[in-house]
Amino acid sequence: MVDYELIVGLEVHVQLNTQTKLFCGCSTLFGQDPNTATCPVCLGHPGALPVLNEEAIRLAVVTGLALNGSIPPVTRWDRKNYFYPDLPKGYQISQLDHPVVGGGYLDLPAAEGQEPRRIRLTRAHLEEDAGKSLHDETSGTGDSRIDLNRAGTPLLEIVSEPDLRSAAEAKQYLSELKLLLEHLQVSDCNMEQGSLRVDANVNLHVMVDGERVATPIVEIKNLNSFRAVERALEYESQRQLAAFLADGKRIGQVPKQTRGWDDAAQITRVQREKEESADYRYFPDPDLVPIQLAADWVESLRARMSHRPAEIRQRLAGDLGLSDYDAGVLVAMGPACIAYFEQAIAAGGDAKRVSNWLQQDITRSASELGVTLDQFPVPPAVLGELVARIGAGEFTTAQGKDLFQHLLSQGGSVGEAAEAIGIEAVDESALDELCQQLIAAHPQVVDDIRGGKAQAVGAMIGAARKIDRNADPGKVRARLLELIQST
Amino acid sequence: MSRTALESRRAFAEGTVTATELVETCLNTIERHDAKLNVFLTVADEQARRQAADLDRRRDAKEPLGPLAGVCVAVKDLISTRDIRTTCGSRILEKYTPVFDATVIDRLKQADAIVVGKTNLDEFGMGSSNENSAYGRVANPWDLDRVTGGSSGGAAAVVAADFVPLSLGTDTGGSIRQPAAFCGVVGLKPTYGSVSRYGMVAYASSLEQIGPMARTAADCRAALDVLAGHDDKDSTCSRTPLKDSSWNQSLKGLRVGWVEEHWTDGISEGIAAALRSTREWLEGQGATFVPVSLPHARYGIAAYYLLASSEASSNLARFDGAHYGLRANVKAEGRSGNGLEQMYSQSREAGLGPEVKRRILLGTFALSAGYAEAFYGKASRVRRAIQQDFLEAFQDVDVILGPTTPTEPFRAGEKVDDPLAMYLADVFTVLANLAGLPAISFPVGFTEHPLPLGAQLIGRPFEDRALLDIVERFQDDTDWHLRRPSSLNS
Ligand SMILES: [Zn+2]
Repeated sequence: MVDYELIVGLEVHVQLNTQTKLFCGCSTLFGQDPNTATCPVCLGHPGALPVLNEEAIRLAVVTGLALNGSIPPVTRWDRKNYFYPDLPKGYQISQLDHPVVGGGYLDLPAAEGQEPRRIRLTRAHLEEDAGKSLHDETSGTGDSRIDLNRAGTPLLEIVSEPDLRSAAEAKQYLSELKLLLEHLQVSDCNMEQGSLRVDANVNLHVMVDGERVATPIVEIKNLNSFRAVERALEYESQRQLAAFLADGKRIGQVPKQTRGWDDAAQITRVQREKEESADYRYFPDPDLVPIQLAADWVESLRARMSHRPAEIRQRLAGDLGLSDYDAGVLVAMGPACIAYFEQAIAAGGDAKRVSNWLQQDITRSASELGVTLDQFPVPPAVLGELVARIGAGEFTTAQGKDLFQHLLSQGGSVGEAAEAIGIEAVDESALDELCQQLIAAHPQVVDDIRGGKAQAVGAMIGAARKIDRNADPGKVRARLLELIQST
Repeated sequence: MSRTALESRRAFAEGTVTATELVETCLNTIERHDAKLNVFLTVADEQARRQAADLDRRRDAKEPLGPLAGVCVAVKDLISTRDIRTTCGSRILEKYTPVFDATVIDRLKQADAIVVGKTNLDEFGMGSSNENSAYGRVANPWDLDRVTGGSSGGAAAVVAADFVPLSLGTDTGGSIRQPAAFCGVVGLKPTYGSVSRYGMVAYASSLEQIGPMARTAADCRAALDVLAGHDDKDSTCSRTPLKDSSWNQSLKGLRVGWVEEHWTDGISEGIAAALRSTREWLEGQGATFVPVSLPHARYGIAAYYLLASSEASSNLARFDGAHYGLRANVKAEGRSGNGLEQMYSQSREAGLGPEVKRRILLGTFALSAGYAEAFYGKASRVRRAIQQDFLEAFQDVDVILGPTTPTEPFRAGEKVDDPLAMYLADVFTVLANLAGLPAISFPVGFTEHPLPLGAQLIGRPFEDRALLDIVERFQDDTDWHLRRPSSLNS
């Protein structure tokens, strides 16, 4: 039994939620016909020049603040030079020495009985994405086709320190980071569309004769799902241990290796040894000017921090009385869920009941309908009213479910739904009529109540039951008091 | 002598001449004489005739006319022109036609100027003699066996030979001013950031500017008024407007800097003498001369070639055969083979000339891991030191006068095998590029041969108009700019 620890740092590339590319006006919409979302700038035509999309800077700074990083007064652009057909200028505009975010950390929520973990961040920098190479193996010609729609799309690369200690922890870090980016609406984090891509730097610390020995660092590329990250790290930790036990090579004794994750085979494969890798010849991009990040502007973005998952959990559990568990579940359901929740509460719904509806009926229905919560057919204000009226005893829980089903299929207001399916909420007009009758018949009792003896109302409730045996004593009492005291 | 740009504009507006006549005269001259000079890489005769006809119609309809209406302009073939081939003097772009106009071309068209064609240059602007063009050298109209200077050699010769009154050049290290001096015309490199670079094919982005070349300073000013101004498409284009000049009436009180370091052994006697008489003329106008020092100027050439080549190695990476331009026909070997690498190297081998390759290699080396600090980094610090030198010098003076070039135009072939000697032709001009300052070259005399001699004035940032005004005063009083070469008379 060898004692060892897995050491992992992650580089996460996030596509920012901008309408247009980082340095030109082309659309960033996914799924357009190849090479249609292009212009002389992102095609790298001779003489075309980049002009910064300031929205990308705003989103990067919001992310930096949310990750507790420092925002420098000035950030700059550098060129990373290499040849590849999906890189039409022959260089990528990136940031080397003056990234938009320095340092920072992300706290992972502590699971039951665990210490909370703080994962330190090195930096986060902006860069433009490359296009896509499509290698056509079927034609037999070996032709490659290039789609430059993605070329120039803004990416934020978030680099962590090697603070992660297991595959599960790496996955937890990614989940929390993804939630953060989604709640801040910085990125849609759609992994199938490549909006979030992960590279991992991995090695082991092995105990040898009471001494910690670091094994060579390997970079794993092409991790396109959280599951792939988890499996690749598990695989790599076993592979590196076996390699170390076989050859005893330590860090620095072999060149840094880059491996790719083969999802089909569930293994990593060597892509290249670092020694033969390109020298990127970074230098400041002379076509762009340094960006001044005014301190008061940066401060104004701090208002967005209330959208951080940690703050929302705090608000839901602390201020609204949900359990930590429920708060966690709602936050994990994403920003549309929190927006729905908050609007339903504002419409009078009780937090705990709305939370239950969201976690059960609404989630199930949304998934059956294949819609997201911002497109859900029952608007949050309607659900809030329904929940409030169930809470007030106007409808039973079973009636509430029927009303919900009706609202789901037919829309409309709660009242319209109740009428349509013939559920009689206790008829307010009948109750009013009964109470007016009682008030007219018992002037002395009314005087007593106005004089401060509310308990005198009991006499009228007895009388009410003589007129209508089905009258709900509680409601009659409440309505009587309301009518008497308001006049 | 044919009309200046402003005279053309006036004659056209007054109805003395039609735009069509102006264009036909110009096309006819090109047709008859360009074989001797090799100025035009592409003549845009169709577009020019169409535009002239439209202008004539508009003038007859009494519609408003732009400030350069009817003026024929030749454009250095490094500036993108929509639907007109733009070769950059390179084989690799022999068949490349841009899909967009450079901002300066937009502005010329807005001003109703007529682009008649694209002029020869050193490939991608890299050269000081116009001998580095893939399409042959340009002959100097004053002596066909001599060079025009470069890299805007065609743009200088075309004005000197009276084909057109106005041309656009680009200046990275002297590429407007040095050929202006060699061809006996006025050439202005504007303040960095005053004219949009959008659409100029980049050689060294942080150094270069587009500028006008003409026989008179007044024509250059008219062109600059059209070209200058902020452009949303160029992030390095400034929002600071050019300043008004205080030298449009008299030069009394003008303080002229005289750089001691410029008076080294390398200056030809002819240029030294012409400079002395220019100084006397200025003193006669009430200007005073003040010695100034630019202690880091002697590192200018080294810093310039390191920085310019570094940027070039990156700027020219896009010419790789993958997306446009020349592509070597390499047998596909699939992505597992090295077909891609071969395609890159063979396309660049066939498409790029020796001087371009030399600078790409130099720049790649200067930026590479382990050397970047010693070369690119150090050159950047020299650049800041030179900027500081100028800042201090301009505390005491309004402009700095000196030679544009160390020698008069040399013979074709004389320096092609000695790149370092060729680089020294830029020794006085690169400083303004490194510091981002406006600088103008103007004719101040002739050798007995006769070959033109140029002087250079460097000004404070955004004081381009001051330089133009001083040269205009000089031209009011002298006739060097009125002399024309006789080589094309036969
Ligand atoms: Zn674009």
